[in-house]
Amino acid sequence: MIAIVDYDVGNLKNVYTALGDVGLEGTITRDKKILDQADAIILPGVGAFSDAMDNLRKFDLIDTLNANVKKGKILMGICLGMQLLFDKSYEDGEFVGLSYIPGEIVKFDAPGIKIPHMGWNNLIINRESPLVKNIGTEDYVYFVHSYYAKPEHFDDVVAYAEYSVKVPGIVQRDNVIGMQFHPEKSSTVGLQLLKNFKEMIS
Amino acid sequence: MLTKRIIPCLDVDHGRVVKGKKFQDIQDVADPVELGRYYSEQGADELVFYDITASYEDRDIFIHIVEKVAEAIRIPFTIGGGISKVEDFRKVLMAGADKVSVNSAAVKNPQLIREAALRFGAQCVVLSIDAKRNNKGSWDVYVKGGRENTGIDAIEWAKQGQDLGAGEICINSIDTDGVKKGYDLELNQKLSSLLTIPIIASGGAGKMSDFADVLKVGADAALAASVFHYKEIPIADLKNYLHDQQIPMRRV
Repeated sequence: MIAIVDYDVGNLKNVYTALGDVGLEGTITRDKKILDQADAIILPGVGAFSDAMDNLRKFDLIDTLNANVKKGKILMGICLGMQLLFDKSYEDGEFVGLSYIPGEIVKFDAPGIKIPHMGWNNLIINRESPLVKNIGTEDYVYFVHSYYAKPEHFDDVVAYAEYSVKVPGIVQRDNVIGMQFHPEKSSTVGLQLLKNFKEMIS
Repeated sequence: MLTKRIIPCLDVDHGRVVKGKKFQDIQDVADPVELGRYYSEQGADELVFYDITASYEDRDIFIHIVEKVAEAIRIPFTIGGGISKVEDFRKVLMAGADKVSVNSAAVKNPQLIREAALRFGAQCVVLSIDAKRNNKGSWDVYVKGGRENTGIDAIEWAKQGQDLGAGEICINSIDTDGVKKGYDLELNQKLSSLLTIPIIASGGAGKMSDFADVLKVGADAALAASVFHYKEIPIADLKNYLHDQQIPMRRV
């Protein structure tokens, strides 16, 4: 069972449905016992960084997430959920994150580019990982975000997309994984990535 | 490399997809879920569903369709039509939509854009503008399905929408809509160069080169309906054609 963390950051049903497509049973929950029992945890999320962190605090979930990460359980953040995995974000201020992966979340600022980075972009593999099995450079995934991750160690980046800078698309540090794009909205490529995720946890 | 997007638009009335010509002469085409799935498999990058149902009571039928679409397809989709309050945004987002498009209600109450962007994120707020050329060399914003001229300058309104927090602008040209003689290139070029958020061109696609033309002048996405519904232009062929024209495309 995969726990999908429910902390009032938008609709989580699409993630749940896509897990079902690859034969994974998801549970949308904020119950700490279920998070502890889960085989893996997914931290989804859209919206603002500070609101999302506030909600994690409000529902008293941070200690539970920390404990599960510490004992080696796989945690995967999607979109804003991935950004929360880093040390801090400069989205409308300066806010601390969960600090599982060293680095910061900053805004796109190259002249002439459209913000948000919205649409389908291809993944370029930075290093080997079971997460990118059967994924090639002609494979496109759906991004929508105005801020991107700047990891302290670029080796934490499994795959990136080019958009004025190298935009980390998939990050991984030990048992903590993040996807900046939406695998649940990325058609067959997204499903392949979720299948890879499934193989990693089984 | 970020690709340009091809977006089929499905007008939904009482649970069925229809397509109007200059917003009139509506004809029944198909089931929205089936058509959505079909387009997704053909390589559509996103889908837009406009609820054109007149009566408020029938909106529940539409919400049910949004839920069914979210279950059936794995590409992003936008919902528009009849969105007038923050609560309407919430309803369709919770039903599984990725973005919400707002038109007349934002003209009446521009703060709706700001409120929705703050609450749900700018990425899900699409400001849809119906624009028509006037005789002064600019474009006026029309509301109520293209029936009423507000006298507001369309380009100024688009800029204001961006400042209020819209994540994207969908510009529908009333002059070219349903005529199939190409998009309004001048309007799309102006908007693309003036704004920093993505632009979706809408209204006028008749042949494959029309898509190439508007994407080359700067539009980030091109939306069309009848050429796809009547299978005049298969999406896969269109994307191969655009790829050959050096336009970045995701092909399946």
